[in-house]
Amino acid sequence: MLLIPCPYCGERDEVEFRYGGAAHVSYPEDASAADDREWSRYVFYRPNPSGRFCERWVHQHGCRRWFNLVRDTTTHEIAGSYAIGQETSA
Amino acid sequence: MAESHPDLLWSSPEPRGSYDVVIVGGGGHGLFTAYYLAANHGITNVAVLERGWLGGGNAVRNTTVIRSNYLWDESAAIYEHSLKLWEGLAAELDYDILFDQRGVLNLAHNLGDAREGVRRVNANRLNGVDAEWLDADGVRAFCPVVNTDPGIRYPVLGATLQRRGGIARHDALVFAVARAAAGLGVHLIQGCEVTGIEVTDGAVRAVQTNRGRIAAGRVGLCAAGHSSVVAGLAGVELPIQSHPLQALVSELLEPVLGCVVMSNAVHVYVSQAHKGELVMGAGIDTYNSYAQRGSFHVIEHQMAAALELFPIFARAHVLRTWAGIVDVCPDASPIVGGTPVDDLFVNCGWGTGGFKATPGSGWVFAWTLAHGEPHELNRSFSLERFETGALIDEHGAAAVAH
Repeated sequence: MLLIPCPYCGERDEVEFRYGGAAHVSYPEDASAADDREWSRYVFYRPNPSGRFCERWVHQHGCRRWFNLVRDTTTHEIAGSYAIGQETSA
Repeated sequence: MAESHPDLLWSSPEPRGSYDVVIVGGGGHGLFTAYYLAANHGITNVAVLERGWLGGGNAVRNTTVIRSNYLWDESAAIYEHSLKLWEGLAAELDYDILFDQRGVLNLAHNLGDAREGVRRVNANRLNGVDAEWLDADGVRAFCPVVNTDPGIRYPVLGATLQRRGGIARHDALVFAVARAAAGLGVHLIQGCEVTGIEVTDGAVRAVQTNRGRIAAGRVGLCAAGHSSVVAGLAGVELPIQSHPLQALVSELLEPVLGCVVMSNAVHVYVSQAHKGELVMGAGIDTYNSYAQRGSFHVIEHQMAAALELFPIFARAHVLRTWAGIVDVCPDASPIVGGTPVDDLFVNCGWGTGGFKATPGSGWVFAWTLAHGEPHELNRSFSLERFETGALIDEHGAAAVAH
């Protein structure tokens, strides 16, 4: 069970949250110019590292706000959380 | 009097400097690939490189459910091919793998489930896969311990039944196929971690390992759980996310459940192993992980669902829980075929249901490695489908109960 530090509410049990996958996935700058390969990368490909991972969570049963979390996918150790729109500092 | 140690089932040779085919990953898919390379194609200069030990990964962490009742033509073809191989494996490998075609029920709990179930039965029959639709009375007759009271939170309205589906003893399968592959000359090399993949002029040449460099004519990646990481060593990206999938067993009980029962809607699947324990699996943990463990609330949720469907299990105990890492593709179908790197092939993304596919997967992947191009049965399961859009969306037949 993860103890997740919501940047707005503090540490809460994982069951209060929903997962949002990899963070910092941005919409293509010029989507209409993207070819099949680029579009495929945006739609289907996400980072899947073994180790440090920046990911999105939403505090669904709390403040209902999205945020980013830095977590190690091999140990589940959480390095910290930060607001959507911020670059990761951890 | 001291008894001598029984004969080992396979030898553990030192790796050679070069092989015709190197297979990365000694799970069910890798072992069957090696076995069929030797048995079907006469290619015996083959090494299977396993980071841990044979029978230590997903091959023995699954819940052993075997079936072929998938919705789409491509899936039905490859899983049915696999099921037919299962039906001859004990004889072919000369090993009792306790393959038991006791029937698999997929329960429907609402009108949408029921319509989808009937549709799947019809699709299965059109593809030559045995399938039946049972109403609630039929479910009660086939599996009396399922609670078919219409008043429960998720009432059982009916179920699909594949009578040829069932379970097997997964560690016995590993022993059987490893022994058979080694007997044909395949090198099974345990404790051998691939740390690099050499690519020159767009083609794979060798793998670097903790036991030295091993040159290879062709390389097949069967490293389920770590497919993204291993393919990344060759600069190949995969549309895969790795998640924990948890399972658990109860203490040993008298025979009480004579079939496999699965429910997508309430997130649980249950069978009773020959030894007597109830074997249950759930959905994946939502977060990405390589940790081989998940969160306990998933187990709690799964037990709540199981008890609603099987009130008779209320006094059973959870004896132990564990997790494997599953590689999930966006369309819940595997990737079996070539990569942008010449002579480098992947067999991955089987998600939560790869065990049932291991013979069929190995069979087509061996063909692919032998010929340098996909077999008709795995041609559609290409990496390119994520660019062409020709996805094989099996979420309905695969999602939770796989």
